[in-house]
Amino acid sequence: MAHVGAPSTKFWTPANILTAIILVVGIVLTVKRFTMGIGSVSNLSDDNPWGIWIGFDLLCGVALAAGGYTTTAAVYLFGMKKFHSAVRPAITTAFLGYAFVVFALLYDLGRYYRLPYPLTIYPGPTSFLFEVGLCVALYLTVLAIEFSPFLWEVIGWAKIRHLVHKLTLALTIFGVILSTLHQSSLGGLYLIAPSKLHPLWYSIYLPLFFFISSIPAGLSMVILEGSLSHKYLAHKMDDEHHHGFSHVVLGFSKAASVVLFAYFCMKWIGVAMDNNWSHLSTGWGWWFLVEVLGFVLLPCLLYAMAAREKNERLAFWASVMTVAGIILNRLNVSIIAFNWRLPAEARYFPSVEEFLITVFIVTLEITILRICLNKLPILYQHPQFRDAH
Amino acid sequence: MKRRTFIGMLTGAGASLLAGSATAGGTHHFTGYPDSYGVLFDSTKCIGCRKCEAACNAVNELPKPQLPFDDLSVLENRRRTHHDTYTVVNKYEYDGKPVFRKIQCNHCQEPACASACFVGAFKKEPTGAVSYDASRCVGCRYCMIACPFEIPTYEYHDPITPRVRKCTFCQPRILEGKLPGCVESCPKGALVFGRRDELLRIARERIRKHPERYVNHIYGEQEMGGTNWLYISGVPFEAIGMREDLGITPAPQLTTGALSVVPAVVGLWPLFLTGAYAITKRKEQIAAEEREQTVHRAVAEAEAEAAKKLAAALEKAERDKQAAIDREVKKALKEAEEARKKAEAASEGEE
Repeated sequence: MAHVGAPSTKFWTPANILTAIILVVGIVLTVKRFTMGIGSVSNLSDDNPWGIWIGFDLLCGVALAAGGYTTTAAVYLFGMKKFHSAVRPAITTAFLGYAFVVFALLYDLGRYYRLPYPLTIYPGPTSFLFEVGLCVALYLTVLAIEFSPFLWEVIGWAKIRHLVHKLTLALTIFGVILSTLHQSSLGGLYLIAPSKLHPLWYSIYLPLFFFISSIPAGLSMVILEGSLSHKYLAHKMDDEHHHGFSHVVLGFSKAASVVLFAYFCMKWIGVAMDNNWSHLSTGWGWWFLVEVLGFVLLPCLLYAMAAREKNERLAFWASVMTVAGIILNRLNVSIIAFNWRLPAEARYFPSVEEFLITVFIVTLEITILRICLNKLPILYQHPQFRDAH
Repeated sequence: MKRRTFIGMLTGAGASLLAGSATAGGTHHFTGYPDSYGVLFDSTKCIGCRKCEAACNAVNELPKPQLPFDDLSVLENRRRTHHDTYTVVNKYEYDGKPVFRKIQCNHCQEPACASACFVGAFKKEPTGAVSYDASRCVGCRYCMIACPFEIPTYEYHDPITPRVRKCTFCQPRILEGKLPGCVESCPKGALVFGRRDELLRIARERIRKHPERYVNHIYGEQEMGGTNWLYISGVPFEAIGMREDLGITPAPQLTTGALSVVPAVVGLWPLFLTGAYAITKRKEQIAAEEREQTVHRAVAEAEAEAAKKLAAALEKAERDKQAAIDREVKKALKEAEEARKKAEAASEGEE
């Protein structure tokens, strides 16, 4: 499969045409949002102040960008050197992921131009959102520094590249601290609303659930994206990436399986803690079981089988299910099981334009990711800086 | 210094520290500003005339609604507060009779919105009002997520300067010594303005005097840590759309526990992670050392072996050489002997 994705000379491939259409529609809707207000493009209301821009773009965006801290921690702190080839792609997707989380937030904030307020002139430290904002801002900075050497290598600024390289350990530790804090704080956001979130999803352990589940989310994204780049960008990869990838897939499968199992157990401790067993027999209970059995336990077992049988295809499908499960969980907490008591007509469902803006942001992110993977030394080592890690 | 004096001083220092951080302490119980105002709503007196809605609209200079305030047909629909209506009256049926209930900000003693706001735009004022400062607001709408009474609303159609909108408790009017607009306009005395303590006394008195008329509960006395608006009713509060399952925990306490973990994470993670890194490094170092030692030993053994072989070879060579010399000497001697014998034989023959 080495050359399936050999560089095409044609620019207007079907994928690129679709991308272009989405980008044009997105720009039109962006103009509408910023000239006519949030209400002109979204179904957000006084009952439902947060929709998919928070539930998907922010919550899922941050969880799925967890590959950055999990991979760097594994390689640089826990000495798993054989996963080294996964570091650069993971940092790249994490950096772009967080950058686009912030970008998406501008659509949702009524006065987006005041985004620096909480971190500068009016800090409100009693709020979990303050913690989220502070840690995301700092972590985005850390990721930008970790990402920068790929640019320095292309430009050829060896000195600053080596300087950043010397900071690796400090940046990695700082990244893990900040990720622990803001991944958990995103769950913490909902602690203040026990009367609105369904008891099966509300728990004092919400911060812990969000943090722990971000680990398999990050690992799965590394497997998922790695598999896709192997299929479509194989010509860009050097030998380390080609040969190292099996190690990454199987090693990460094992880790994801273990953490998913811990997460699965914790979810039940959450149910037991608040004695929510009686809710299990309701419709919401079935929905909870779909999430916890179908999208936590099942991928956990699939990962275990994949690691045991060294089956990379199975690992790929387990990663797809884990990512779907994380998205399902974040949407359950933020939208589906939130405001569950409201009458059906007052419940939230995103508008077409709101949805298209999210599609636009994701497409823009993937487009920039593709450009980075094609132009920067991410899937291969820069000849001038070979083995300088 | 005596030991006891020292301990006494320590305790004193500890106590002053505790007092200093009282708002952050888990044991501290805030019971509201002592002389703060409130309003008591008595649902048995409300007739659903919407005069309070009209007054609120006028006082706050809000846009006029499509249907005039004396059109009571809107009561047929369940309504909530919006960016242009800070208060609404809803009609409920109980035992076939209509019961009315006014909705507006309850002005919590420990407001969820203020705790949730990440720029501190909400503030509990000494008057009892929970005020909102639009000049700080970033528009994240977390206050709307947090509010258990679903009160704050948002100007979704303003692209540049949207604001959160909610009842202000007519704070400017209170400071001028006037009544809130809605209270002033109520023709039936269903709304009573006064100090919160006083209102609680009035409410208890009414329930005591007319136990047949009232449910024995003052809504807002304890709910979510207490609110400055209080309610008494002739029907269960659940029947007029007021949640009875909110509990008495003030909203800020729902997050203080989890937030207190932050410093622990900041303090312990670096320790643990550098520890993990150090262990990894040490393992690598030990592995490297062991590898080196093994190599050393192997080399040394190989060298010793080689030296032995060399010595043996040298010895053998020496021996061979000696043997060769001996052989050569013997041969030479033998030859010499033979030559001597030959010469002797020859000389004998000559003789």
